[in-house]
Amino acid sequence: MKPFDYIRPESLEYAAQQQQRDGGRFIAGGTNLLDLMKLEVETPERLFDLNRMPMAQIEPEGEGLRIGALVSNNACAADPRVRRDYPVLSRAILAGATFQLRNRATTAGNLCQRTRCYYFYNTAMPCNKREPGTGCSALNGINRIHAILGASDQCIATYPGDMAVALYALDATVEILQASGGRRHVPVRDFHRLPGDEPEKDNVLEPGDVITGVVLPPPPQGVQLYRKVRERSSYAFALVSVAAVVRMDGERIAEASLAFGALAHKPWHDPRIETLLAGEVPSDAVFDKAADLLLEGAEDYGHNGYKIPLARRTLKEVLRNATGGGQ
Amino acid sequence: MPQTNRSLTINGDTYEFSGDPRTSLLDFLRRDCGLTGTKKGCDHGQCGSCTVIVNGQRINSCLSLAVMHDGDAITTIEGLGTPDDLSPLQAAFVKHDAYQCGYCTPGQICSAQAMLEEAKAGWPSFVSDDLDGEVKLTREEISERMSGNICRCAAYSNIVEAILETMEAGE
Repeated sequence: MKPFDYIRPESLEYAAQQQQRDGGRFIAGGTNLLDLMKLEVETPERLFDLNRMPMAQIEPEGEGLRIGALVSNNACAADPRVRRDYPVLSRAILAGATFQLRNRATTAGNLCQRTRCYYFYNTAMPCNKREPGTGCSALNGINRIHAILGASDQCIATYPGDMAVALYALDATVEILQASGGRRHVPVRDFHRLPGDEPEKDNVLEPGDVITGVVLPPPPQGVQLYRKVRERSSYAFALVSVAAVVRMDGERIAEASLAFGALAHKPWHDPRIETLLAGEVPSDAVFDKAADLLLEGAEDYGHNGYKIPLARRTLKEVLRNATGGGQ
Repeated sequence: MPQTNRSLTINGDTYEFSGDPRTSLLDFLRRDCGLTGTKKGCDHGQCGSCTVIVNGQRINSCLSLAVMHDGDAITTIEGLGTPDDLSPLQAAFVKHDAYQCGYCTPGQICSAQAMLEEAKAGWPSFVSDDLDGEVKLTREEISERMSGNICRCAAYSNIVEAILETMEAGE
């Protein structure tokens, strides 16, 4: 690990200003960042330890709920209000990592977790995300876990997490403190980026931006489901995952909010699918049309083509379970 | 590099940390405190052999910096029992032969100790049918909740038995 200065800031505002001026990383749980620092994939010159900042509360916000940036993944998943009103979020969190990791991993840190692309982790190999301009080793390499949607010729990495997929389905909002002292609110669906020509940028955070919390809208009506397909039944990243919030009106689908994990550089959300499903009587034919939209433009890079039929089948299974229709 | 003086309570005793901020909690425990019961396996949060209990919660001590634990209360395997006075879980691991080489065992026991408390607090897991129901620690639940602790000798079935027996004795 490269040497760094360890700074425990007096206030969040101070941390934001110093980080904007001098660079460095904010650290909370550190479960991803310290791992990457040991491998020297991440080499920050300073760490701002935010753990003592007052951001570990879950509290009502309007009719919704505000999850503080430092709330651990386990504390969020176990919170009675989250379990009752946002079960898709509890289920998604519990589908990821282990109890030990989730005790340390935080809400903000989890949003910012980095890809598990093996070439990103391997400092002996070119990687545009780690070292811009060096090339993408995955494009013509082993790319079994890589993106089928929204990739570029610079990067085909995926966002690996589960929690954020549920937040996309719930249409949550990320609350950010800026170095200027101002605050901005970014819809979570706009928080992560596609790789384009700047794959080194995972999300829209600017220097000096600190995530202070995530705001959940009022609890949605209907069924909430999270389905994760992976190679082991525990402690493995998703190959495909689907988060769904579906409300029925009699025999018809009134509203369906869907997000997909492990398919792209960000959790995938396609409003066209929701427009298509609204008002339909659920059937496999309708579900197939939804999958056609999802997978329009899906690309097989050599080893990840299996994700295309897998995403279709997983989406159909989730829609069958959520609506009681189809098959 | 600025010196950083921090104070940690480990198994009830106070330890000062003033070293390189790169020092993991795991290395601090083993190298500086002489508490070598906690084991280094993968050093990347994948195997669980470094599991310790911090402020009542189990974590991977390899993925945490000692400097970040100023003021924290830490329990390691040495704090749970001694050879002459085994904790209930330690005794159950011996009785059920819940290991072969023993390298992962301190992490397994620290993890299981905290896991029993999590279940009492009603924390659900991935395999819980009902998010709101009372947690019943079945074999399936225990396996899921212990999936962060790998045993390369594959003593899993005996580990589960040891935990089940400890849990039932505690009820």
